[in-house]
Amino acid sequence: MYGYAGRILRVNLTDGTTKTEPYDPELARRFLGGRGFSAYILYTEVPQGADPLGPDNKVIISTGPLSGTLVPGAGKTDITTKSPQTGGYASASVGGLICAELKYAGYDAIIFEGTSKHPVYLFIDDDKVEIRDASDLWGKGSLTVEEELKKDLGEAFQIATIGPAGEKLVSYACITHDFGRQAGRGGVGTVLGAKKLKAIAVRGTKSIPIADVDAFRQKARTMFKACMESDALEVWQKYGTAGVTTWANEIGAFPTRNFQTGFFEQHESLSGEVMREAIVITDKACFACPCPCGKYSHSKKHNVFVEGPEYETTALLGGNCALADIEDVAYANYLCDELGLDTISAGNCIAFAIECFERGIISTTDTGGLELAFGDPQAVFALIKKIAAREDIGDVLAYGVKHAAEVFGGDSADFAIQVKGMEMSGYESRNAPSMLLSYMTCDVGAHHNRSWAITYDIQVGRDDISADKAAKVIELQHIRPLFDCLGACRLQWVELNLNLDYYAQILQALTGEERSWDDLLKISERIWNLTRAYWAREVEDFGRAWDSPPPRTWKEKVPTGPTQGSSISWEDNQKLLDMYYEQRGWDKNGIPTHAKLTEMDLTDIVIS
Amino acid sequence: MHLHADSTRCSGCRACQLACSLHLFGENNPKKAAISIIPHFPQPGTFEVKTCKQCGTCAEVCPVGAIHKNERGAYYIDSEECIACEACVEECPEGVIFLHADYETPFECDLCGDCVEVCGMKALWIE
Repeated sequence: MYGYAGRILRVNLTDGTTKTEPYDPELARRFLGGRGFSAYILYTEVPQGADPLGPDNKVIISTGPLSGTLVPGAGKTDITTKSPQTGGYASASVGGLICAELKYAGYDAIIFEGTSKHPVYLFIDDDKVEIRDASDLWGKGSLTVEEELKKDLGEAFQIATIGPAGEKLVSYACITHDFGRQAGRGGVGTVLGAKKLKAIAVRGTKSIPIADVDAFRQKARTMFKACMESDALEVWQKYGTAGVTTWANEIGAFPTRNFQTGFFEQHESLSGEVMREAIVITDKACFACPCPCGKYSHSKKHNVFVEGPEYETTALLGGNCALADIEDVAYANYLCDELGLDTISAGNCIAFAIECFERGIISTTDTGGLELAFGDPQAVFALIKKIAAREDIGDVLAYGVKHAAEVFGGDSADFAIQVKGMEMSGYESRNAPSMLLSYMTCDVGAHHNRSWAITYDIQVGRDDISADKAAKVIELQHIRPLFDCLGACRLQWVELNLNLDYYAQILQALTGEERSWDDLLKISERIWNLTRAYWAREVEDFGRAWDSPPPRTWKEKVPTGPTQGSSISWEDNQKLLDMYYEQRGWDKNGIPTHAKLTEMDLTDIVIS
Repeated sequence: MHLHADSTRCSGCRACQLACSLHLFGENNPKKAAISIIPHFPQPGTFEVKTCKQCGTCAEVCPVGAIHKNERGAYYIDSEECIACEACVEECPEGVIFLHADYETPFECDLCGDCVEVCGMKALWIE
């Protein structure tokens, strides 16, 4: 099976057994790999109504056909599970080197099943697979564990691990790899914590089979050359995603003080330029990436080494908590990495708590005596630690802002910035209708990476509510997740304008199967419909209401900055949703119709 | 003439190793590459790149004279003549003569330059 390792590793943590299975070529044809393969396994193998933290839930780590090959940015792996944060579909992507290493060890995917009685880690050295005791690693931080395992096993092993927050089942615990890369969203680390799986260590020495080596090498050369000739390369290499911070403020999209506004008056002190000068020491790339967005930093002020902060972290732990010193943001980032928390959800939860405190909805009685205020780094650090330890208010915030609003009461649900129970990532969208629609309809909750449509809003008019905007969101929701099926990063396309047809061409040289980019997009649409059907199956009252934006977006106008006075009314967001459902071939409640499922070749999987 | 590396520019992506293995063996496998990248994380947070300096130590220590120069002036190990004693591997001052379980004999950089082409950070060059 060209392009694939050709095997799946199944790990049963309940009885401590492992087995390999051949990768079904028919599955590769229908779902490609990566998140497509994972979505199929989740839908067909995890029983309806499974407890996300129980033994019936599974965690699927799935590479794509391009993963580990000489394609720019081909180092992404998907991690899918039933989300303990939302109760629906969770799929998080992680870069670094572990994706490639897993394929070199001879596995396209790992499926974790069951629950271990005691802490374990999975050891893979090519064909040698062992479930090993991890009692001495339990309770330790992610970065500490990675360093210890590398010291113990050897530098060549790639490590993924959870931190104490995952062990304590904080609902947005992440999985950390390569000293600062995360599968961050949806609580994938929480499920590993519930399974008592502390870490994965993998080393491989095998080759990935290529159908047409000459054609593959030629196309690889073309793709790398195109990246290196891109005008955007130099800036991207220098600042990575941190370069977005200034732009986001200029367009009024920078989450500030719990998304109260889209402009942080002290944003200049968080810019990519300031960060590069103050703390960055090394450009750190994921596998085979010519434009490393990873900026490895050393904060002298706090005496920590950390990868980042990248844009999302600066947005949510910086502007959203009103921290104006990049070294404080770097330290908050370090704490989240070491403790194993998603920085996006953590930043939201902290900002939400601060706003509740400032409005008098909660007090020091709720916070264990801690005074909360925007702009106070010590309060932010303390809350991160409290969340990871689930101490007093941390035990409420550990379940996310949707839950916290139910506990704190008042009108706090209006400014709990979430969709489907997942906190929003770094783009204030009250003057960006297609970006807002992207958040409303994203398949995991309020996350930007399925459709980063804000540039389209700017291009065609930011007040415009039109069918074109719904169409653009759908188009992006097929293109961007397709990268997560291929096992490659999207940024070479987004930032360096790498030709999408190249991906189809190199995939053909790799696998020997003739498919156009449009053929691949059809697979991506199939997966989008399958994950929507998964939500409908798992959540009893699932439908339109679950696609509602945070009330703040339609109840309050942006008070300051370039988008001052903007909001998107309830009528307008519902109009966008109508247009979106119609174009998707879903009913008015947002459920895929039988006709759509038939068109998507899904009726043997999804009963409708 | 040899392959140079500026370790301070390396981002650890390993595209060079894939280009190398595709050239040497027609396979996609960084473990079959003749260039070494050693990460030093979490501290001091740097990459260390090791390349063949074409110093000739390998040829000097080879007991059977199996190491010759190719048309680009690079040393290479003739796998027909090599007796797999691994003396060159042990004596290489840069540690850039490599072994892989699939092959009986070691291999080293032959100055093809493919790694230079895919290094986005321009950390590699030949002169």
